[in-house]
Amino acid sequence: MTDQADVAPDALTSADPNTRIIVDKVTKRFTLRHSRSLKELVVWTVRRRKESLTNQFVALTDVSFRINDGETVALLGLNGSGKSTLLKLISGVMRSDDGRVLVRGNIAGLIEVGAGFHPDLTGRENVYLNGAILGMTEAQIDARFDDIVAFSEIAEFIDTEVKFYSSGMFLRLAFSVAVHTEPDIFLVDEILAVGDEPFQRKCLARIRELKAAGHALVIVSHDLNMVADLCERGILLEGGKVIVDGPVDDAVAEMRSRF
Amino acid sequence: MTTVQADGFVEPGRGAGLLDVLRRRYLVKLLVRKELRVRYQGSILGLFWSYLKPAVQFVVFYFAIGVFLGLSRNIDDFAVYLFSGIVAINYFSEAFGNATRSIVGNGALVKKIYLPRELFPVASLWVAVVHFFPQVVVLIAGGLLAGWRPSPLQLGAGVLGFLIVTVFSLGLGLLFGAINVVFRDAENFVDLILMVATWISPVLYFWTMVTEAIGTGPLWWLYQANPLTAAVELFHYCFWFPATDESSPVLPNLGWIGLGALLLSCLVLLLGQATFRRLDGQFAQEL
Repeated sequence: MTDQADVAPDALTSADPNTRIIVDKVTKRFTLRHSRSLKELVVWTVRRRKESLTNQFVALTDVSFRINDGETVALLGLNGSGKSTLLKLISGVMRSDDGRVLVRGNIAGLIEVGAGFHPDLTGRENVYLNGAILGMTEAQIDARFDDIVAFSEIAEFIDTEVKFYSSGMFLRLAFSVAVHTEPDIFLVDEILAVGDEPFQRKCLARIRELKAAGHALVIVSHDLNMVADLCERGILLEGGKVIVDGPVDDAVAEMRSRF
Repeated sequence: MTTVQADGFVEPGRGAGLLDVLRRRYLVKLLVRKELRVRYQGSILGLFWSYLKPAVQFVVFYFAIGVFLGLSRNIDDFAVYLFSGIVAINYFSEAFGNATRSIVGNGALVKKIYLPRELFPVASLWVAVVHFFPQVVVLIAGGLLAGWRPSPLQLGAGVLGFLIVTVFSLGLGLLFGAINVVFRDAENFVDLILMVATWISPVLYFWTMVTEAIGTGPLWWLYQANPLTAAVELFHYCFWFPATDESSPVLPNLGWIGLGALLLSCLVLLLGQATFRRLDGQFAQEL
């Protein structure tokens, strides 16, 4: 189990000074255990070996790649191919079973927009709370508060409780906070489908700005045209394995030809 | 082979535990504020509820135990005696109970964004502290009416009692909060502990009644080994004893028992943190 993880770390990390993310021979398994009544637990303990084999689901198998500063990488694949799991491993929400994930610098994971928002707090309070959750200090949020509100275009509702917001307003504010965190690594999971078209264009422009400023970006999306336009590199996953890792057009073409 | 990571690379999701929480004090502050706001949202009485609940509890116990069972005849200033114990146990119950539920309760966040997850039990503890201090103010006001004149040593006993409950409930909260993610039975088990907690420490009765009943053998040692017994007795020594004529017997070796309880609480905290870190990697997929 641990034999493949025993890679000399200095050999891993010394290669390229611009590297931000190293995913090295990562395997992730999920144990599917739906209920845990006492009876089932006893049965499971008695027949441990057999059960644990039949109930495992391998989400990622031996996945390796590196991502450098300023790279924009699209993770492609069908539902259940392991894209979101990979993103969660990079953000640290989950841990790999085998292999290693290493990152340098701070990460903002937009795994889901507005995950840290609370409906009973006002927009202003949520900006501060979510900013702090995404790793900003009080001074940083103070400094960027006006930009965040301006970007979201909902200034007149900023002191209203978020539960009264329309879903579009909510997503605008949440996205706005996230893109103002200025992380070294920006992880985006299927969120560019939010908002109306002008706002989407604005989001894409902001993402291009982050990219131009040298931040590493990893984007999961099913919108192939959009990612082909936004990213340079594509990693295509199928059944938890990397099928293509190369220029985004190749990955998109392969994806279209396969599915 | 195991060289230090060059160039500042880290494995995401492996934080420094409670030490990380110290670095993110601002977020703890906001989480506490959120918790307080949300809890009293749409409530007319608001924060007043945190006074009303212990007040009602106090009145019930005062009449049931003090008047009907007659303890107020045996213990001077029984009202102050009773309330100083209740304050300690309430603090413990709220900190421990809420910390146990904090990870599951913040599941949406735990699943989506990586944060040092110890933040949530710590925020629960802090909310409990916010509710604890107003009760202490009420307690001191009551004590002053009864002629409370504490010495520095007695005030120190109160601080030690507070430290014991804080460390003990955070340790247990981390332990059961982590276990609760995998087995929701933990919540119910904790409710059971909290129900018993009021009765297995000398809150509603005097400690000599325990030695009269079970002697001073191993059972009594076990009784004294409960950090809550030490904390409650330290609170009595701080808030109640100086309000009386100081003729009641103080628990022998109270200082040592208090320090022992603090040590035990620190061990529980280490155990809690170790268990929490062990289970931490599974939180996102179990919730």
